[in-house]
Amino acid sequence: MENDSHVKTAPQQGTVKRKQLRQHIVEIISDSGEGAQKAGQSFGAVCAKMGNGVWTVEIIPADIQPPPRTKESASGIRIRIGSERITNAGDEADLVVAFNEIAPYSRIDQDAFKPGTIMLIEDYWAGHDSSEIRENYARAMEDFEKRGYVVHQIPMEKECLKLVPDAKKGKNMWVLGMLCFIYNRDLRFAQAQVKQAFRKKSRAVVDVNLQLLQAGYEWAVENLDLRYDIPSIETQQELVVMNGNEALGFGVLAAGIEVCSMYPITPATSASHHLAETIEKAGGLVHQAEDEIAAIGFAVGSSYAGKTAVTITSGPGIALKTEFIGLAVMAEVPLVIINVQRGGPSTGLPTKVEQGDLLALLYGQPGDTPKIVMAPSTIEECFHFVVLARQIAEAFRIPVVLLTDANLATGVQPFPRPELKKEWLSPPIDQSPWTEDLQPYAWDKETGLSKRPIPGQAGGMFTLTGLAHTEDGKVSYSPDQNQRGVAMRSRKLATFGKTLKPPQVNGDPSGDLLVIGWGSTRGAIEEAVASAREEGAKVSSLHLRFVSPFEPGLKEIFSQFKQVVAVEINYSDDPDDPMITPENRRYSQLAWVLRAQTLVDIDSFSNVHGQPLRPGHIFNMIKSRLQL
Amino acid sequence: MFGLNLDACIIDVPEKYYSVQDYEKGVARWCPGCGDHSVLSAVKRLCKEEQLIPEKTVFVSGIGCSSRFPHYMNTYGFHGLHGRAFPVASGVKFRRPDLNVFVVTGDGDCCSIGAGHWIHAIRYNINLTVLLFDNQIYGMTKKQTSPTSPMGTISNTHPEGSVLPPINPLQTTLGVSNVSFVAQTADWVPSHLYSTIKKAYEHQGFSFVKILMRCPKFMPDIAKEKVSDKDMVRLLTHENGIPLGAEAKRFTHIVEHDPSNMDHARELAASPEISYLGLFYQNKDALRYDLYGAHNINYTPEQKITAINQAMERYVI
Ligand SMILES: Cc1ncc(C[n+]2csc(CCOP(=O)(O)OP(=O)(O)O)c2C)c(N)n1
Ligand SMILES: [Mg+2]
Repeated sequence: MENDSHVKTAPQQGTVKRKQLRQHIVEIISDSGEGAQKAGQSFGAVCAKMGNGVWTVEIIPADIQPPPRTKESASGIRIRIGSERITNAGDEADLVVAFNEIAPYSRIDQDAFKPGTIMLIEDYWAGHDSSEIRENYARAMEDFEKRGYVVHQIPMEKECLKLVPDAKKGKNMWVLGMLCFIYNRDLRFAQAQVKQAFRKKSRAVVDVNLQLLQAGYEWAVENLDLRYDIPSIETQQELVVMNGNEALGFGVLAAGIEVCSMYPITPATSASHHLAETIEKAGGLVHQAEDEIAAIGFAVGSSYAGKTAVTITSGPGIALKTEFIGLAVMAEVPLVIINVQRGGPSTGLPTKVEQGDLLALLYGQPGDTPKIVMAPSTIEECFHFVVLARQIAEAFRIPVVLLTDANLATGVQPFPRPELKKEWLSPPIDQSPWTEDLQPYAWDKETGLSKRPIPGQAGGMFTLTGLAHTEDGKVSYSPDQNQRGVAMRSRKLATFGKTLKPPQVNGDPSGDLLVIGWGSTRGAIEEAVASAREEGAKVSSLHLRFVSPFEPGLKEIFSQFKQVVAVEINYSDDPDDPMITPENRRYSQLAWVLRAQTLVDIDSFSNVHGQPLRPGHIFNMIKSRLQL
Repeated sequence: MFGLNLDACIIDVPEKYYSVQDYEKGVARWCPGCGDHSVLSAVKRLCKEEQLIPEKTVFVSGIGCSSRFPHYMNTYGFHGLHGRAFPVASGVKFRRPDLNVFVVTGDGDCCSIGAGHWIHAIRYNINLTVLLFDNQIYGMTKKQTSPTSPMGTISNTHPEGSVLPPINPLQTTLGVSNVSFVAQTADWVPSHLYSTIKKAYEHQGFSFVKILMRCPKFMPDIAKEKVSDKDMVRLLTHENGIPLGAEAKRFTHIVEHDPSNMDHARELAASPEISYLGLFYQNKDALRYDLYGAHNINYTPEQKITAINQAMERYVI
């Protein structure tokens, strides 16, 4: 890497003794607009470059422009780093950098800190002109000590003013320098990140930010005795780092899907933002429809005409799309539907995570509507599952639903850069003449599969209808014909299921407890299981990637465990609550379906806090169940 | 074919000549005397006259008696959901400029449950030929009030007579930004019906044709009145309008109207009693969303992969 002459090289730290860590959780919090997120993203990228596992998640205020120095304006980022792959945001933070004394309270509300959390806090407010601010600051310091945080007051403003006239612009890079020293990061990687982050700015801006970075680092050398190391093996593999919504967008592109038809809704919208930046150059378009019904209708029209489309939405949008989902199932139109789940019901928790739409997608349409439902569990899977979804949709002439959630949407993780393949792209529209006498729904008796005529194919003319129809596509209300049509569409699920392998159990194939999950909770569950196993628990986990149809062999897998519990982020009655009996208890959604499907007495561990599940909570649940 | 020596021919001769029968499928199951039959005949004639290639032609409809239309055409068809024909048709056309796309919709389908899509479809101005079968009643579900039912219409939902003034689809359409083609015709004037649909088909954009429909089953009186009263229905004429055929002599009132004159079009559309048949408005220059939709079709896999890789560069660390 080049080493600009105006940047001093990092002081040699080889002799300093550093505490070796397996993982650490860092948060940077500030008022919105102070650049905490940029610092955190750069820090995450530096760690990823050094070969560490990284998971970052932004802390975003609910309002667009909240007043400064309020809990509502707290904005920032959590960066979790480890020696190995990091798959989730983890439990409480180990170290927090705060730009004022109020922002930490928004995180305290979320239970984000613990006794022992190191807090590096801007001391500028201690000497502020306003006595009110000074007093507030002093009270907060006292309170933080009482809560057991290890507080270090840091003269960020003062140090930055030595280099820039307005410390607000620059404090974040100074902090990045400080963190690089604390965690023994290679400053050359950080310098590269600064240049990257300010690549659109002038040379002078880049230079001053490099100086701030250096200054923060040097200040820490002189003044801090926080010295950690998180060993890693530097990787030569090219990595990309992005959040789940960005990965979905790239998946849409890599699948060769040319039409994304959507209506804005949090937390799904940003997937279309990222997509919109590129899709036109890749020969496609984002259509912002007048509402979600129109969005899916447009997508169905496009798919029917041979260009399999995607529609991206969240809970309330899914509710509106219901009728069209039924039509796509009935008329066997391939379609990709992405639901970035948020808290429900109704408008619910727009920015928060929940896995509450599983049953709505499986059964939410009137009549029998078999469809394929998949759940990516990592950022990388958000990418690859879209590619897979389009292929399945076309091969099985069926809508394929991807269920992600707000946790995957905002979580950022590095993964190997995908090598794009031509085979992933949708093939050109088949315009060859239709096979003479082949009916538009010539269902294969065994599999339920049939070939689909596409407008433009001579001799294939038929009228698609949502009414009951026979092989020739004609409307028929005959009892036997309807029974047969419904059976054929259902058969396709069984046929698809036959292509799946039994899922891999994480841990021993038998034991005292099996934890089952789906979607974004995978990282937390597997981490909790690993910790419990280290303590001798006979626990394993199973993560389902397909929820309709299920992968085969589940009952057999369950039978090897004394207890099975579904861990998910949706509602279940607490068995100890008033009125609740074993008979009337409402289980969490995956548990409902698995119980029905396998007749195994599967329990639920779930909540609707709107937060990603924490490994620590799952760990405690495992321990208490196994009476360890 | 046709005695031509194809080898010696330099012009592109269509391989097949389509007759009206080539567009026919099944027997239409509308009531006897229902206006839908006339439109079906006119549309088949248009297909033949224009030699539309059946496999390149798609009829998209919603739900209703009128929306059964695609089942009776030997082309591709999409008989979808109540009120949702516009989004589907827009999606069909967006990336398939090679397809001729028609929309068949009813007054309930378009002006009630699908009204939101209707407004936006006008604004999108996608090249679709839209036929609104306005029988002023819900036929399929057996005589409920429609948003276009005249006030006082006795129906199963308003046995004492409907209580609201009707929506005026012509006025509504003419009120939407980027509107490009608005015409009205009636099922009982076959040559005007045909000429109007032809003009709509030729228009490059969202051509909206409201067709006054007889529903002898549920609205027998209204139909009779309109057909017989020479004051209630009048013809529009203009060199840029719908050409008048032999039927013109059946009309006592023929009104001159320039279809580029929006103000006059709105005035005529607002008339409470009189129905004008003809071209109310045409703007060939209105922006077309389907041209945007088709501006980047048929990229090669190499082009696509290069663009995606370039975008991915920004995420490489
Ligand atoms: C979502 C939904 N709501 C209601 C219906 C019932 N329905 C079918 S057709 C129709 C009205 C059709 O009236 P119109 O559009 O005027 O068509 P017409 O039958 O008069 O040609 C209704 C209400 C339906 N099919 N779908
Ligand atoms: Mg009607």
